[in-house]
Amino acid sequence: MVDNQSAFVAFERVQKSYDGEVLVVKDLNLSMPKGEFLTMLGPSGSGKTTCLMMLAGFETATHGDILLDGVSINNIPPHKRGIGMVFQNYALFPHMTVAENLSFPLEVRKIGKSEREEKVMRALGMVQMQDFAGRRPAQLSGGQQQRIALSRALVFEPELVLMDEPLGALDKQLRETLQFEITNLAHELGITTVYVTHDQTEALTMSDRVAVFDDGRIQQLAAPDELYEKPQNSFVAQFIGENNTMDGVVQQIQGDTCIVRLDSGDIIDAVPVNVSEVGQRTQVSIRPERVEFDRTRLKEDAHTLKAEVLEFIYMGDIFRTRLRVAGKEDFVIKTRNAPDQRRLKPGEMIEIGWLAQDCRALDA
Amino acid sequence: MTLVLAADGRPLKASLNRALRRQKLRALMLIAPLLIFILVSFVMPIADMLFRSVENEIVVETLPRTVATLDGWDSESGQAPDEDVFTALYFDMVLATEYKTHTRLGSRLNYEMTGISSLFRKSGRGVGRFDTDTYTDAIQAADPAYADPAQWAAWMADDTVRAALPMTANTYDAWAAMIIETEEDVPAEEVPWNFVFTSLYLEVTEGAEPPVALDLSGVPLVSLRDQFADVDEDWLDPEVWQVVKIYSPEYTNGYFLNSVDRFKGAEGAEVRPENEQIYITLFIRTMIMSGSIMGMCVLLGYPIAWLLANLPARKANLLMILVLLPFWTSLLVRTSAWKVLLQQQGVINDTLVWYHSTWFGQLLDPVFMGLLNICYAFVNVITWVWNVINGIWGGTDGLYMDWAVAGFERLALINNQTGTIIAMTHILLPFMILPLFSVMKTIPISYLRAAKSLGATNWTAFWRVYFPQSVPGIGAGCILVFILSIGYYITPELVGGTKGVFISNRIAYHISSSLNWGLAAALGTILLVIVMGLYWMYDKIVGIDNVKLGG
Repeated sequence: MVDNQSAFVAFERVQKSYDGEVLVVKDLNLSMPKGEFLTMLGPSGSGKTTCLMMLAGFETATHGDILLDGVSINNIPPHKRGIGMVFQNYALFPHMTVAENLSFPLEVRKIGKSEREEKVMRALGMVQMQDFAGRRPAQLSGGQQQRIALSRALVFEPELVLMDEPLGALDKQLRETLQFEITNLAHELGITTVYVTHDQTEALTMSDRVAVFDDGRIQQLAAPDELYEKPQNSFVAQFIGENNTMDGVVQQIQGDTCIVRLDSGDIIDAVPVNVSEVGQRTQVSIRPERVEFDRTRLKEDAHTLKAEVLEFIYMGDIFRTRLRVAGKEDFVIKTRNAPDQRRLKPGEMIEIGWLAQDCRALDA
Repeated sequence: MTLVLAADGRPLKASLNRALRRQKLRALMLIAPLLIFILVSFVMPIADMLFRSVENEIVVETLPRTVATLDGWDSESGQAPDEDVFTALYFDMVLATEYKTHTRLGSRLNYEMTGISSLFRKSGRGVGRFDTDTYTDAIQAADPAYADPAQWAAWMADDTVRAALPMTANTYDAWAAMIIETEEDVPAEEVPWNFVFTSLYLEVTEGAEPPVALDLSGVPLVSLRDQFADVDEDWLDPEVWQVVKIYSPEYTNGYFLNSVDRFKGAEGAEVRPENEQIYITLFIRTMIMSGSIMGMCVLLGYPIAWLLANLPARKANLLMILVLLPFWTSLLVRTSAWKVLLQQQGVINDTLVWYHSTWFGQLLDPVFMGLLNICYAFVNVITWVWNVINGIWGGTDGLYMDWAVAGFERLALINNQTGTIIAMTHILLPFMILPLFSVMKTIPISYLRAAKSLGATNWTAFWRVYFPQSVPGIGAGCILVFILSIGYYITPELVGGTKGVFISNRIAYHISSSLNWGLAAALGTILLVIVMGLYWMYDKIVGIDNVKLGG
């Protein structure tokens, strides 16, 4: 973690309310070092866009401080903040050509004509769009428009760039290409980036760190792998990736493992994450790809559960099998499509289990 | 290319047309009521107006013989025409009087020269009492056969008689037709009237062969020129005849010349004397005032439209109702309300006087005077521009905005151009706001945010990003307001006084008071052409596909 003094961007106890009744952002604390690519991820209405707008200056914080390079920017109007921004619908000015769009931020900064042209062409070069300088935004495809919007946000060389769901309107393939381009560009130029999305894949593949928002709070702020493998609470576990959850009561805690008695009476192994005492209710979560049904791959003393195969779905690279486990019918396991992989048949009875560290006992 | 055939072997095109015909027919039937309504109530009146502005058949229809003989008259001779023209006029006048069309012609020609109307009315009464009855008496005395109606009818059916007496045959036919139509009598039972005997006399004395020999050597000629001159001396005025001659063709550009303060003289278009010029001044005044109203509407409407497009829905709805409220109020009520507000003893003047009498009024006097002086300077600039333009056209009517700024006299806000501009701006404002609003609604707020994030100040963001995108709305609103105001009638009539009226008020005057529909039609046509010309110019400069009335 970075402390607020050396952080490039910092939110300090920021709160935001629109109507004076409901807090949209509750006590937000966040600090980012220079050059970091941070993603704000969360369902709609979780407060992530509001945070971005406060950082950009289009909304004012009801309480708290937002610091940029150690200086509070609460009272600095948006046009003086020098923050580049990419909008969800690109917001390219329709009455200007691509080149005019790019030279707009340079013109308002009173940069000379020749320098302007040079910078515009360089910025267009970064996204391989030099040939489109004379076109109007309406004559470009969505992906091209997004590239232009990106280069317009970068052309005046801001140190901080904000992106508000920039790829939301594009199709999957284009989105993946652009995800790659954006991260590369951000790292190459050493720009600090705050990226807002509700697409978790995007968040995981692009970011240095991800802040998962829910209910106006950051639920977890961590690197993508930590977020996926070690969710801190059941919201994060549910929101990131696919998860099997089961409810139960903590029966025994031994160091970094515990035993949970499920509501169906079955006993399983887990890691206590935010449970601390015996008898506490908990929700355990286990990733589908970490479930084993081959007894030989489990520890000797591992607890197992009986499961009935309900459905087998062939998905090409993986197999997805739905099971009835402990009275629940939505338990899913994923197995790799390897030559020696067993293809389970509906109606088959199997025994499943997992390594204790893969199953996390979270808040109920 | 090979002909593509449908499944039944017929050409595909024919099959498609057959399949679509029912649909097209049904569509046509659906729009038929509107189409017919538009044709009857819109297209036909406009076509009629265009036609009326050049149509002039009344002269040649009422005085066919006079017009024909007048060809031989030299209008530059300075003399009234000869006897033969008056003879023709005599025949025409008798018939026109009987058909009661002479007064209509009189009023028509009176537009061109004052006094002709009464001349025609007087002459209509006079022609019946002309001394031509001496011919009738002499001819009937020479041979009683000429007193026999049946005999007349028989002669006039005989081709040899008709060939011998062409003029008499012509007048007899006209008389017979008139007898049947106006008196509902049978010509074969009536003795022809004096004018038929006049033509017989004239032909016989010139050597024509009558059906029964007549000796008329002792009968003296009755000069019809003198007879007309007896009724009214004006008939000897060559100018009267010049007007008749100039307006004898079936179509004329005279109405249009009148509309631009010219008149049709002997040698083509001539400029009217300065004290009779009104229309060009009125046209220019109409344009400038419509332009001012349009400008005021943009200035006042733009911020309101912006609020409408950007306020939260509930407040915007309330504001929208306030904008539309004038639409739900009668035009007359609104205009009358302005009369109450603006008049000398009205609400605004009373308030100003009261304000001036209070201590803070006295205190703020310099401020108020300063504001008023700024307004006054602004008005002066408009006045100056107006007078310069007016000067180019040689007009005399200056623009007067009678602002009293010296001391605290009451302001003259009504019965002048100020009143018209204020009231019409209010009335036409919704027509500016609504297209502006519908365009602004489609401009997302994110453009402004993007501009600001790129470093633009509020003003730059507005001026460089928002404003250009709202131009189509301004264009649509301006066209709407300008075209509506250029033809506005009721409000200038009520609050414009004499200095604040529009060309349309003049058109209305000619339609309902002076009844000079031809001139009204010509003025209307010019107005139509001006509007279309402006529209064309707008299309060239801004492009008509840049106009948006809605999303």
